[in-house]
Amino acid sequence: MGESITFWVLAVVSVAAALGLVFSRRAVYSALMLGVVMFSLAVLYAVQDAPFLAAVQIIVYTGAVMMLFLFVLMLVGVDSSDSLVETIRGQRFWAIVAGLGFAVLLGLGIGNAALTAPVGLADANAGGNVPALAALIFTRHVFAFEVTSALLITAALGAMVLAHRERTEPKPTQKDLSRARFVLFGQTGKNPAPLPGPGTYAQHNAIDMPAMLPDGTVSPLSVNRVVARYEASEGKLAPEVERILQEETVSERANGNGARPHGEEDGE
Amino acid sequence: MTTHYLVLSALLFAIGGVGVLVRRNAIVVFMCVELMLNACNLAFVTFARQNGNLDGQVIAFFVMIVAAAEVVIGLAIIVTIFRTRRSASVDDASLLKY
Amino acid sequence: MEPAEIIQHSGGVIGASWLMIALPLLGAAILLLGGRRTDRFGHLLGVAMSVAAFVVAALAFFQLLGFAPGERRRGVSLYDLIPGITKIGLLVDPLSISFCLLITFVGSLIHIYSIGYMAHDPARRRFFAYLNLFVAAMLLLVLADNYLGLYVGWEGVGLASYLLIGFWQHKPSAATAAKKAFIVNRVGDFGLAIGIFTIFATFHSVSYAGVADGIAKGGSIPFTAIGLLLLLGACGKSAQLPLQSWLLDAMEGPTPVSALIHAATMVTAGVYLVVRSGPIFQATDTAQLVVTIVGVATLLAGAIIGTAKDDIKKALAGSTMSQIGYMMLAAGIGPAGYAFAIAHLITHGFFKADMFLGAGSVMHAMNDEVDMRKYGGLRKLMPITFVTFFIGYLAIIGFPLLSGYFTKDGIIETAVEHNAILGWLAVLGAGITGFYMSRLVFMTFFGKKRWEADAHPHESPAVMTWPLIILSVGAVVLGAFLVLGNRFMIFLAPAVGRPEELPSFAPFSPTGLVTLALVAVGAGFAWVRYGSAEVPAVAPRGSFLTTFARRDLYGDALNEALFMRPGQWLTRLAVFFDNRGIDGLVNSLAALIGGTSGRMRKVQTGFVRSYALSIFVGAAVLVGAWFVVGNL
Repeated sequence: MGESITFWVLAVVSVAAALGLVFSRRAVYSALMLGVVMFSLAVLYAVQDAPFLAAVQIIVYTGAVMMLFLFVLMLVGVDSSDSLVETIRGQRFWAIVAGLGFAVLLGLGIGNAALTAPVGLADANAGGNVPALAALIFTRHVFAFEVTSALLITAALGAMVLAHRERTEPKPTQKDLSRARFVLFGQTGKNPAPLPGPGTYAQHNAIDMPAMLPDGTVSPLSVNRVVARYEASEGKLAPEVERILQEETVSERANGNGARPHGEEDGE
Repeated sequence: MTTHYLVLSALLFAIGGVGVLVRRNAIVVFMCVELMLNACNLAFVTFARQNGNLDGQVIAFFVMIVAAAEVVIGLAIIVTIFRTRRSASVDDASLLKY
Repeated sequence: MEPAEIIQHSGGVIGASWLMIALPLLGAAILLLGGRRTDRFGHLLGVAMSVAAFVVAALAFFQLLGFAPGERRRGVSLYDLIPGITKIGLLVDPLSISFCLLITFVGSLIHIYSIGYMAHDPARRRFFAYLNLFVAAMLLLVLADNYLGLYVGWEGVGLASYLLIGFWQHKPSAATAAKKAFIVNRVGDFGLAIGIFTIFATFHSVSYAGVADGIAKGGSIPFTAIGLLLLLGACGKSAQLPLQSWLLDAMEGPTPVSALIHAATMVTAGVYLVVRSGPIFQATDTAQLVVTIVGVATLLAGAIIGTAKDDIKKALAGSTMSQIGYMMLAAGIGPAGYAFAIAHLITHGFFKADMFLGAGSVMHAMNDEVDMRKYGGLRKLMPITFVTFFIGYLAIIGFPLLSGYFTKDGIIETAVEHNAILGWLAVLGAGITGFYMSRLVFMTFFGKKRWEADAHPHESPAVMTWPLIILSVGAVVLGAFLVLGNRFMIFLAPAVGRPEELPSFAPFSPTGLVTLALVAVGAGFAWVRYGSAEVPAVAPRGSFLTTFARRDLYGDALNEALFMRPGQWLTRLAVFFDNRGIDGLVNSLAALIGGTSGRMRKVQTGFVRSYALSIFVGAAVLVGAWFVVGNL
């Protein structure tokens, strides 16, 4: 009875989370939804006499893999929200047809299968789940296990190789960077000094507070575009910041394609 | 109960599949692939209990290892592509065609 | 009387008779391989080799005379090509030695003459090399003791003929004539080759002795087929109808070549083949009849062509065709005609070579002008040439007591006896001969001067006139020497057989008188038209018959209509079929595949999600199929 309640609750949660994963526009939400699904599954594993897997699921997936996903999301640009408009003709229709068909067929197949009552793992787990699994892994499946070690090392090396970027020119020193800043200043009048930090001269110690210039106006340089856009969508953007952003958009359009503030992503 | 677990597994798998097909953000596509792998794992664990045999759990364990390795490499590839194309959309990498 | 058995011979000059072939061949090899280094002495070496071959032939002849008549067929074994089947050897018998003497003697004279005639040609060495090559091949042709060796020589003289007709290959007409001779001869050689194959299939041997043995053994032997195939070969080489068309064009070659190859020796190879294959022809009346008909048709055709040509060499070439027609007629009659055929062949070799060389001498004097309408009155300026030419002329028209009188009259007598219609047609041919040869002589040596402005006729140097003198002596005496007392027939009998009853030569027999009268009429008519009357410098249009004769009896037109045009149509059809049929099929298949793939490649959109969708749909369909099949 306890298992049934657990199952139904978690089943509803995990399916809802999976749907949320697929249909949420923001990748960060998708990642969180995936975390929910994984956590639910961990619990279901535990319910099904697989405590070791439940632990591994939480440690590896919800811990390591999810962290990796979020890390890459931040790296690639957290502010990117996907447009859900389909560009390939027929893709979405057929994807849904195939998905539904697949689920229905699989479900029908499973429903039609004549299943006996589960044998249960009481016997197999007699000496404890972890020792029993260990016995299997280190005896019957030891070769596969050893191969996975090679796989993991290869994967680690591969990730390093892929992420590494060979430098084709000497690394600019501070002197070079400083000189470049002043050359730019001479050409365009861009302030060579560092950008003002967010929250400078602010009344609140928060990241969404723009810096104030000595005359009391907002410095456009200090406005975090991602945060500003979020706040704009929530309708909580400070009026002066909104004005600055609008001015910027207008001037950007007029210039064609000016230098973009950091954090902007293509394809919006 | 076994049937319920299996149907849940099939549902999650199908949702993951549809997600792979309809989403363009490579990272989300990846997440959907992970979802499909997890659905399979659930089926393995369920069958392990159904048959009173721990092999299913061992396989699920190996699937997790492989999934971890895959995520590492896959994300590295996404980062590399993003670095050169400034985009994480799978549709943008469509030069190899007719 | 049947031919004698062949006796194997070794030692002596006959044993070394292969030298006759080897020496000129060596000369040709040295001259061709030695290149310009041999330019200085090339002509002398060529003459020396030819004369050496003549010396060997003469010595062999005298050794042969030392044997009893029944033992005069001497076989010389050289090499066992296929053990037990084909031995390569030489056969020195009265027939072959007669040819050897003719070829080497006339050949040597023409070699000597060519020293003068070709003196100003930069390629004189090459000319002598080809001449030597020809002499070697011709001697192999007549000396071989089997059809295979004969065929090698046959093709060798064909090659030499091709090279020499096209010797001035910078002239398109010469190059075309050489090609024409080669191609027309191909038809004949094809027949000869198949004939030899048939002989081998029938007798399991290609040697003359083997064939004679096979005939003696009996059994079903396709005599007529073999005979007709051999005749086809003979027609090609001897320019007999219907393969006559090449000979007139072959006059594009240097005149000594025309004299040696296309008058005296090579073109008579067909007669040699028919006589040598006597045992086969005598067994088939059909083939013999065809041979005689071909001979008569050709002798008339050649004579008619000769009447209309203004080109001196072409007129002589028509005459050559005609005279070989006489020989062919005699060869088709059988043993009664063989001796006359070969005797006429030998005397013709002398007087026709004499006249060709005389014509060459005239051309030499007239800046290589060949049109007789631009000659006239040359007899005073070129006395030696005129006298020798005139002797040759008297010999060919059968003036009493000269060579042609004996040999040609012999042929006509035998033919009339054998087949009255053919015989009297041959008599008619003799009358036409009288006309066209007289026309030639009158137009060239008599009448008024019709020269081009820059012509300065003069007598030729001694190196050219002496061969003329020697040949004209032969033209005078040889006929009487060979025919009187049936000397030649008896000499030749061991090789080719002879009729039991020897013909008796009756001077001024009725047939002979009719012939002489016709010749006289022809000559008189020629005097009226071309001797006493003015010869127009430009040929008058003439009647239909004149045009008919001028255009070689439409032989070329016939060949063109029957073979060349259909061949071209066939080629065009094949090209059309290739372009539209085969290429069309292949190209449309390629276009189909190309078009299909061009459309199908649109499936490769480059979108990973499309590919993933197809995989996913495929997986769903598989699950469905499994579900359906599992429930069946």
